Amino acid sequence: MAYSDKVLDHYSNPRNVGSLDKSSPEVGTGLVGAPECGDVMKLQIKVNPQTNVIEDAKFKTFGCGSAIASSSLATEWVKGKTVDEALQIKNTEIVKELSLPPVKIHCSVLAEDAIRAAIHDWKKKQDVAKPTAVAAQ
Amino acid sequence: MSTDVKTIPQAEHLAPNGVKLPVYMDNHATTPMDPRVLEEMLPYFMEKFGNAASRNHSFGWAAEEGVETAREQIAKLVGATTKEIIFTSGATESDNLAIKGVAEMYKEKGNHIITAVTEHKAVLDTCKRLEKYGYRVTYLPVQKDGLVDLDELKRAMDNKTILVTIMFANNEIGVLQPVAEIGKLCRERGIIFHTDATQAVGKVPVDVNKQNIDVMSISAHKMYGPKGVGALYVRRKNPRVQISAIIDGGGHERGMRSGTLNVPGIVGLGKACAIAYEEMPKEACRLAGLRNRLRDKIMGGLDEVYINGSMDHRLPGNLNISFAYVEGESLLMGINDIAVSSGSACTSATLEPSYVLKALGTGDDLAHSSIRFGIGRFNTEAEVDYVADRVVETVTRLRELSPLYEMAKEGVDLKSVKWAAE
Repeated sequence: MAYSDKVLDHYSNPRNVGSLDKSSPEVGTGLVGAPECGDVMKLQIKVNPQTNVIEDAKFKTFGCGSAIASSSLATEWVKGKTVDEALQIKNTEIVKELSLPPVKIHCSVLAEDAIRAAIHDWKKKQDVAKPTAVAAQ
Repeated sequence: MSTDVKTIPQAEHLAPNGVKLPVYMDNHATTPMDPRVLEEMLPYFMEKFGNAASRNHSFGWAAEEGVETAREQIAKLVGATTKEIIFTSGATESDNLAIKGVAEMYKEKGNHIITAVTEHKAVLDTCKRLEKYGYRVTYLPVQKDGLVDLDELKRAMDNKTILVTIMFANNEIGVLQPVAEIGKLCRERGIIFHTDATQAVGKVPVDVNKQNIDVMSISAHKMYGPKGVGALYVRRKNPRVQISAIIDGGGHERGMRSGTLNVPGIVGLGKACAIAYEEMPKEACRLAGLRNRLRDKIMGGLDEVYINGSMDHRLPGNLNISFAYVEGESLLMGINDIAVSSGSACTSATLEPSYVLKALGTGDDLAHSSIRFGIGRFNTEAEVDYVADRVVETVTRLRELSPLYEMAKEGVDLKSVKWAAE
């Protein structure tokens, strides 16, 4: 597989590898893919509750080189964006940035799914957190 | 030579322990030619260029002499007689000729063929084609260790069975089938036994009589010979096996395979067999030692690695390992100065993980994580050490990156997780 230099760079020097505390109310976790399919991505975001800006993002990926690169790039892109802005990220932009070959497009789709899943998880926590906060008062 | 620019990248491509990079450890895909084979072949390109079928001049005689010497060398290695060796373009053609040739020749007798799910595509796809022409094919499953269950084979045989085709050694997992026993079961029932011995000949002892083999495919480039040449052994007596030709023409090779003989290639195949005959016992021992060294170093440096296929019935140079929680293609990327193969879907044209590993009951997740190491004649101990270190280092790095490894370490049962499908 002839990969672009950008894929190779993300593979060799992945950005934002690691994990955030998934029990924190400020953290959203997205876990997408399946081991049988050869791709699993975990993408986490830490959101500022005042501004809704994604202050930190971490990932871990089981998958081929382009899956690792796609998720590494996704963490770079979501950082500093608000959750609404992050939801605008399209897999096609990832394909373009990394020059992914057609057989690897599913990796970019998975990365977009991971961003959405992480935001969804964070939003769910906010919905749950509000009533509890009221009850505590 | 210091001004020769070609020496500069070479110098950069030395590993710290002096190993020259990249390291070739994919000897089941193909092998480099042995220099002794090349030396033997060279005269047959320019001086002895004759057509081996030219009976009336010395050019033809010289070529024929080379071919007949090769036939003797091959026959000697596998315990056959020279008249039982048919030259072909390689093992794929040999498999096609064997299966289609027997199917056509014996169609009055029956239409049932038995093979196994872990066979090479040259066998499986040939069988599939015959199904379209009305033949019935049984694809035997294999056990966890990759071996065919003889009882299951016996049950599959019926009075319409004309051919059993089971490989000698598997190209992915190196597992050696019990060919002598399979051959015996066939012989007792008057069924022809073909074995694709592409990976076995020259690596482990093969004897067509002791192992009850009737038809056998041989390839040159898997045993340090040239590409594009192979042979088919066809038994002449006890019992006499006949096959229909699939290539018609000038009636070469006693009518079984027409076409002007590839004389230099055949001479190379012969020489490769002669070398194997002399050196196999010592070489097999050395390769098994290197293979075990590689296995021990990898397993000593990593947890959760699984060997695919039987360790007891296996080619000496083969190691096929799954590295749990790491995807095969990304592992290959990390060890890109080492040439090996993966069972991962991402490295295959079909995007399906290895059907051989799946047949062993290896889950798709572990099939995606597999690497095949093929150690050969020209690999050294220093190379094995380098490869082991690089594999351990890369798997460790990729596991740091793997959400599955993290989850497993947290005690999550990955089988119980409800995975969101893509």
